[in-house]
Amino acid sequence: MTEEFLRLEGINKVFGTNKVVSDINMSFSKGEFISFLGPSGCGKTTILRMIAGFEQPTSGKIFVGGQDVTHLKPNERKLGMVFQAYALFPNLTVADNIGFGLKIARTPRDQAAARVEEMLAMIGLAKFGKRYPFELSGGQQQRVALARAIAPRPTMLLLDEPLSALDAKIRVSLREEIRSIQRELGITTIFVTHDQEEALSISDRIVVMNAGRAEQIGTPFEIYNRPATRFVATFVGTLNTLEGKVQNVADRVVSVDGQAITLPALPASAQSDAPISLTMRPEAVVLGKPNGQDVVLEGIVSDVSFLGSVIRLRVNLGSNSLSLDTFNDQRSPPPALNEKIKVSLSSSDILILN
Amino acid sequence: MKTSRLWAWITFIVGAAYFLVPLLATFEFSLRIRRGTYSLDAYANVLSDPSFRASFTYSVVIGLFTIVVGVLIIVPTAYFVRLRMPALRPFVEFITLLPLVIPAIILVFGYIRLYNSTSILPFTGSAIGTDILLTLAYVTLALPYMYRAVDTGLRTIDVRTLTEAATILGANQAEILLRIILPNILIAVLSGAFLTFAIVIGEFTIASLLNRPAFGPYLQLVGANRAYEPAALAIISFIITWGAMSMIQLLSRFAPKTVARPD
Repeated sequence: MTEEFLRLEGINKVFGTNKVVSDINMSFSKGEFISFLGPSGCGKTTILRMIAGFEQPTSGKIFVGGQDVTHLKPNERKLGMVFQAYALFPNLTVADNIGFGLKIARTPRDQAAARVEEMLAMIGLAKFGKRYPFELSGGQQQRVALARAIAPRPTMLLLDEPLSALDAKIRVSLREEIRSIQRELGITTIFVTHDQEEALSISDRIVVMNAGRAEQIGTPFEIYNRPATRFVATFVGTLNTLEGKVQNVADRVVSVDGQAITLPALPASAQSDAPISLTMRPEAVVLGKPNGQDVVLEGIVSDVSFLGSVIRLRVNLGSNSLSLDTFNDQRSPPPALNEKIKVSLSSSDILILN
Repeated sequence: MKTSRLWAWITFIVGAAYFLVPLLATFEFSLRIRRGTYSLDAYANVLSDPSFRASFTYSVVIGLFTIVVGVLIIVPTAYFVRLRMPALRPFVEFITLLPLVIPAIILVFGYIRLYNSTSILPFTGSAIGTDILLTLAYVTLALPYMYRAVDTGLRTIDVRTLTEAATILGANQAEILLRIILPNILIAVLSGAFLTFAIVIGEFTIASLLNRPAFGPYLQLVGANRAYEPAALAIISFIITWGAMSMIQLLSRFAPKTVARPD
């Protein structure tokens, strides 16, 4: 897993006067599942299209397996790709769609047929070989597209928002299916998405992109729990932001709506009375004051949403408000609206963003 | 509601009569070659005329060549314009419309001037050369119809994504055109082909001025010298043209699998 497989070296891409990708330097191991996550227009799809060969980087190089592929044509790169719009060939049957790459590569007929059978079985559509794409549902079409991409045994799999056109339920089941097929084949996969939940749930590593730059590269755990920048913190997951003021630099005390919070450390630039933003995940905040939580805040419940296994509370602290998630416990009903409550968190869960 | 429906029917009947009455009159006239009784003798005369067969066969062959050459030129052009140079589309569309604006007589005089026997490309210097020139002229005449039909066909598929999907699977441009694009727009191409065929069968000006033994000049010749046979020929021409048109309808019904339905 540690052998370097894909390397992007100093990639820049300019369309006219518009710089869409800046200074991308990163490398990935064989068999890794990498997600490029970011809002639309952040350059993630452009990076994927450069890896595929549909776009040429304005500067920089792309290496696959140690070989410089920057100037190879897309049809010489031996990649598999799945598109958001399925892009199945409407004139070919499901089996012929899957076998297209094999046919182009002049694979002997019996070998190709066996491979198509194998692929159909893999995606659970063994009996659908003779159908035409328009006879399938969106989820089935996308599975065929996946099988078509994998059939010629590509060196890498590129997924361009493959789940975006599907409805919520199929999206979840298909992403699990994609992940398990990917694990089984051990194929290096680049997945482009704007959906943070999708990226967090299936990736080995995530590249969070914003305005053409990579803001952070890390495992889902690192991205979620230790966001490197304000953008990553706000884009991935929900985040509470409390606007406060530095009260005492020496004692590391910050005041939020008149309540004092002692932090483990303050940024070096902190000055007395300077404004400061504290952020924390909703799940870091708990109701009441169990052991080990050194920050206690008082507030008034302004909203209670019952989400099933989880109850999300909104607590008004004054000028700030705070969301917190608590597990649904049958023995203790959630606090009522406008009730005055205490919430607490560990000061080590607080992130200070600049 | 009721009156609007009534008006719709009236409009329809007037429109239908406008087209059908002359046709029926022609048909009725074509049956009156014998005094006092209806007969199909005019049709028999026409069909047994060797120059009818010769000129008709000639036009059919020229028509088929026109279709092949037209498809070979127009399908890749429309495809690449859509894929690579969408900004050029209005310009290309304008070019394809020119044959509708420039009368055939102007076109053919231009050809004769450019390709006469003393020019660099002396197409008109030999019979086969003139046949080639005639075919190319027909390709030009059919351009507005063929291009539009093909372009409409291309609009129904996602040309760019399908091209990219085939490319990443290793296909080159020729394989993509032949295996993916053409089969998906086949119905549109065939519509264009039958329209082309209908145009070629009835064309007079160019064939006549290039002095080729085509069906159009033959129609004119018969029309100038006989009374009943031209009416029979007109009906035959109509049947051929309509046959071509209904083939378009029929084919589009027989090939539903090429239609990509939205999910």
